[in-house]
Amino acid sequence: MYTEKVIEHFRHPHNMGKMKDYSAVGKVGNIVCGDVMWLYIKVDKDPKGREIICDISWETFGCTAAIATSSMVSEMAKGKTLKEAIAITNKNVASELDGLPPVKMHCSALAADALNEAIYEYLTQNQHEIPDALKRRHERLAKEMASLEERYKAFLAKEQVANGTKTAGDVKHAPD
Amino acid sequence: MDKCIYLDNSATTPVAAEVLEAMTPYFCEAYGNASSLHASGREARQAIEKGRAEIAAILGVSPSEIVFTSGATEANNLAIIGMAFAHEEKRHIITSKIEHHAVLYPCQWLESQGYEVTTLDVDKTGRIDLEQLKDAIRKDTLLVSIMAGNNEIGTLQPVEEIGAICRERGVAFHTDAVQAYGKVQLSTDSIDLLSVSAHKLHGPKGVGFLMVRKGFSLTPLLHGGGHEGGRRSGTENTPGIVGLAASSSLAFNKMEETTARMRRFKRRLIEAIHAIPGTRLNGHETESLPHIVNVSFQGIEGESLVMKLDEHGIETSTGSACSSPTLEPSHVLLAISVPISMAHGSLRISTGRQTTREEIDAFLDVLPRVVEELRAISPFKVGE
Ligand SMILES: Cc1ncc(COP(=O)(O)O)c(C=O)c1O
Ligand code: FES
Repeated sequence: MYTEKVIEHFRHPHNMGKMKDYSAVGKVGNIVCGDVMWLYIKVDKDPKGREIICDISWETFGCTAAIATSSMVSEMAKGKTLKEAIAITNKNVASELDGLPPVKMHCSALAADALNEAIYEYLTQNQHEIPDALKRRHERLAKEMASLEERYKAFLAKEQVANGTKTAGDVKHAPD
Repeated sequence: MDKCIYLDNSATTPVAAEVLEAMTPYFCEAYGNASSLHASGREARQAIEKGRAEIAAILGVSPSEIVFTSGATEANNLAIIGMAFAHEEKRHIITSKIEHHAVLYPCQWLESQGYEVTTLDVDKTGRIDLEQLKDAIRKDTLLVSIMAGNNEIGTLQPVEEIGAICRERGVAFHTDAVQAYGKVQLSTDSIDLLSVSAHKLHGPKGVGFLMVRKGFSLTPLLHGGGHEGGRRSGTENTPGIVGLAASSSLAFNKMEETTARMRRFKRRLIEAIHAIPGTRLNGHETESLPHIVNVSFQGIEGESLVMKLDEHGIETSTGSACSSPTLEPSHVLLAISVPISMAHGSLRISTGRQTTREEIDAFLDVLPRVVEELRAISPFKVGE
């Protein structure tokens, strides 16, 4: 179900791991859904005085697609100006990987969102002007995160009930 | 491919050479339709009835109590829907939260048709509570369907006790014995209906049977030529049935030796995995099938784990949300209250008759490294 490129990035992920002296970090996802990504960027000026992502790394908890898209997005953003990096979408990431299964598209959204959030944090911290589109995306993500938090809390509450005899979740799926 | 270490035997198993050999003549030589009058037909009929007698003898029932089907999904549907339709006066069914979908979904479908279904909870090891079962039985309860051994976590249910309760209360008892058949001693004395599938025991895919105790009438799901005593129409799958019988006989003849080996592997697997930090065993420590081990690894996701192992030629499976089309974790893991974060990191390892000590060693050599690799990528650090 995965393309060779996905498998290749999954097996040999680029830019993976924590960064010590990062300029900003974007944290997206939620463990209820299984996908969590932390993306670190280090921003510096290039000879022309433009701000570029001079270093990037990430930590991801997720499936094959989530790990491959983390690797791919980090490759795509490395060395780019902030403006160029903001323009990276999940569709770009997926197509660079020669496509993802439809059910896995949300994993690629995660990677693009994490980049978005890292840049947003950087611009905010440095009191730069924030492009409207970036701001809107951040607000949408913040809202989604909040609703995921709610879901997580509900899940945890259910789990606590489950410590008695009740169980959590609907019946949907099992391997054979 | 040929060198892969296959540890997904509760999904399916390789066909045993002896089974294939027994089946082979029934494709191109003895290909007759068992309903035909001529010699070829009689030969096929003979093979089918021999197989039926073999299976009946294993279970200690009479041959007429065995109905061949296309596998366990059909056998479960026939048991549940067939019973419900044949006994319109009783409209309540009891099952459990950790049944295979081939039991849960027919029950849910009956619910949508106006039947009532009680789905029993299980404890943290996956066992039902017999008191809860007794309380759930009502005057209009027709059937209790509880699996013998679970396909994900291996937990065994107290089948004999369940059967005794059902007998006493005059309720029919069906058990999905797909994983338990050939792996543990099963006394059929108090079981009224029992489902089996050949491909889980080194037989071919697409064939199985439902044991139906005498006196229990079923409305057939498939109507046609009136095969299988009118309970399941359709020209008999002669090679499949021969393969099913051969695989049953092999499994039961070799049961002691095979399961002793499987239990050794299981102990070794559990010990070695416990030595990796941030792990847990899902299921029951002792009341469990010998061939299934289900564990969880903190901080990593099951689909990536399965894919990493696959990279090393090791084939396993997971109940993680990311691996499922609905993106929800396995209903079995949720039912036994595995914390959601641990359900994400679940791994099922299941051995077969062909599994060797060398394969288990090779797997255990790779596993900690792969877990380490994925944990290095993860933002959730174990022990932090
Ligand atoms: C417990 C259990 N019940 C039913 C089935 C379905 O069997 P079949 O594949 O023969 O339809 C399986 C396996 O898929 C199983 O593990
Ligand atoms: S991380 Fe859950 S499906 Fe990709």
